[in-house]
Amino acid sequence: MTGRVGIIGIGQSNFQPRRNDASYPDLVREAVVIAMRDAGLDFDDIQAVVYSLSPDAMVGIGNAERLGVDAVGGRNKRFLRINTGGATGISSVITAWTHVASGACDVVLTAGADKVGECGDSQTVLNKIWDPIYERSLPLGTINMLAMSAVRYAHKYGMTQEDMARVVAKNRRHASKNPHAHLRKETTIEEVMASRMVSWPVKLFDCCPQSSGGCAMVLASERYIKQRGLEAVWITGLAHSSETYYLGDRMGRGFTADHADAHALGASFRKSFRMSGIKDARKEVHVAELYAPFSNTEFHSIEAAGLADIGTSPAMLREGAFALGTNAGAVVNPSGGVLCTNAIAVTAMVRIAEAALQVWGRAGERQVKGARVGIASGNGGDHQFFGTMVVEA
Amino acid sequence: MELLKRQEDWKITYTHALGETASWFYVQIRDHAKIYGKRDARSGRVLVPPRAFSDQTLEPTTDWVEVGPGGVIEAFTIVYDKFNNLPDPPYAFGYVMLDGADTALGGFFKGVELANGEEASKRLAIGTRVVTRFAEKRTGDVLDFWFEPAAS
Repeated sequence: MTGRVGIIGIGQSNFQPRRNDASYPDLVREAVVIAMRDAGLDFDDIQAVVYSLSPDAMVGIGNAERLGVDAVGGRNKRFLRINTGGATGISSVITAWTHVASGACDVVLTAGADKVGECGDSQTVLNKIWDPIYERSLPLGTINMLAMSAVRYAHKYGMTQEDMARVVAKNRRHASKNPHAHLRKETTIEEVMASRMVSWPVKLFDCCPQSSGGCAMVLASERYIKQRGLEAVWITGLAHSSETYYLGDRMGRGFTADHADAHALGASFRKSFRMSGIKDARKEVHVAELYAPFSNTEFHSIEAAGLADIGTSPAMLREGAFALGTNAGAVVNPSGGVLCTNAIAVTAMVRIAEAALQVWGRAGERQVKGARVGIASGNGGDHQFFGTMVVEA
Repeated sequence: MELLKRQEDWKITYTHALGETASWFYVQIRDHAKIYGKRDARSGRVLVPPRAFSDQTLEPTTDWVEVGPGGVIEAFTIVYDKFNNLPDPPYAFGYVMLDGADTALGGFFKGVELANGEEASKRLAIGTRVVTRFAEKRTGDVLDFWFEPAAS
């Protein structure tokens, strides 16, 4: 590998419940145009495109990357679709990085979009990700899968429903400062507690919304960035790690990973930190954009990122940690996070985009003062595929 | 301007082969109301539901081991919201480590009043002893059985 890989362009929609003014490729193009303008490049400068698209049934178009190829200017270029479920967006950026880091390309575009609000049966689609032999007959979906993680986490560490609500209140306050966020109305612990129970102990306000919008990023080699005199922030660490498939194997006796925690996410973060030379995340990381679509999962993600000891993050949040304005360590999800915006195909890419904007000093009202080191994560499958990244100014 | 929409409905049919391991498992449930796991000889762990190979040692599993009908709750949730194409709420389901097994098997919980979540969640708490019940008419599916709190 010769030199570093930089992020030189970022584009994202202002995410909304629905976008009746834009078809699926229109939405991809919206983000691509912003990112290309941000990078100051022409489509002819792009050598490869990595296309970010999670399960097809969510947009209702089989292999919708075929339709998106025009929106990313893919003609006559290398083109590759990535799908690791909810982790798709971070896997796409990691794949774009690989193209540059290997020396195969100097400039790579990664982009995608989702219109989750157009699917009337998103939990039906998500039920279909389960094995038709042993598990599909059960009403499994992503909500109740992670509700069971909440039950185990609460059992092991004493997390309360008020602790979960505190995550929502923090993230909504953050999202109110982010023009790209979908849910921007502030809320209170009392309002979250009063919202209707969906899947015990997860209530409506503990859940992410179904968002429509796109995200795109342009990555380039250090050599290219210096030759063209471009502005950039740098990807200094990254990794992937996976869990095995069956939820019932993450409990019982002699298991490797507890469904309460995010074991493989922790492994992925440790690999990323080794690559970037981070020794103590609590002292060195200023901002974290962690993939947490339900309030309870932010806790085990914070712990997997090394920002708290296992089982201690609810108490730290009670004491004011992780919120914008804190003087005690990293701010978690200053964008409002997945809890306030979830366009599944690009949600994990938005995590990197937001971490990058923070270390670039371009995060507007949601800016974490003096942030120079940011981390991001993505989770996909049945809490199974994890990607992590470190970005630095 | 006037913005148009178009409604689509996917109806796709599959006939999934279950393979040898799951076929044997479901025949025992259907014909004998018994649940079996399969042992990973290298680690000694009994995998339920049975898999042809261990996800940890990656070795083929060997002997069949009868498990249950008693067990302990390892995870649960109680669903109170209606989702299209999923059962009418409320319902409770989750994972149980049956006696003799090392992993947990998914199934519905019955025999617990679900109207009050706080109360129901106490009756389904992790570690609660349960017993497996079987339906009179069985088809060879995970819905042929369910778990109920054991009489204390």
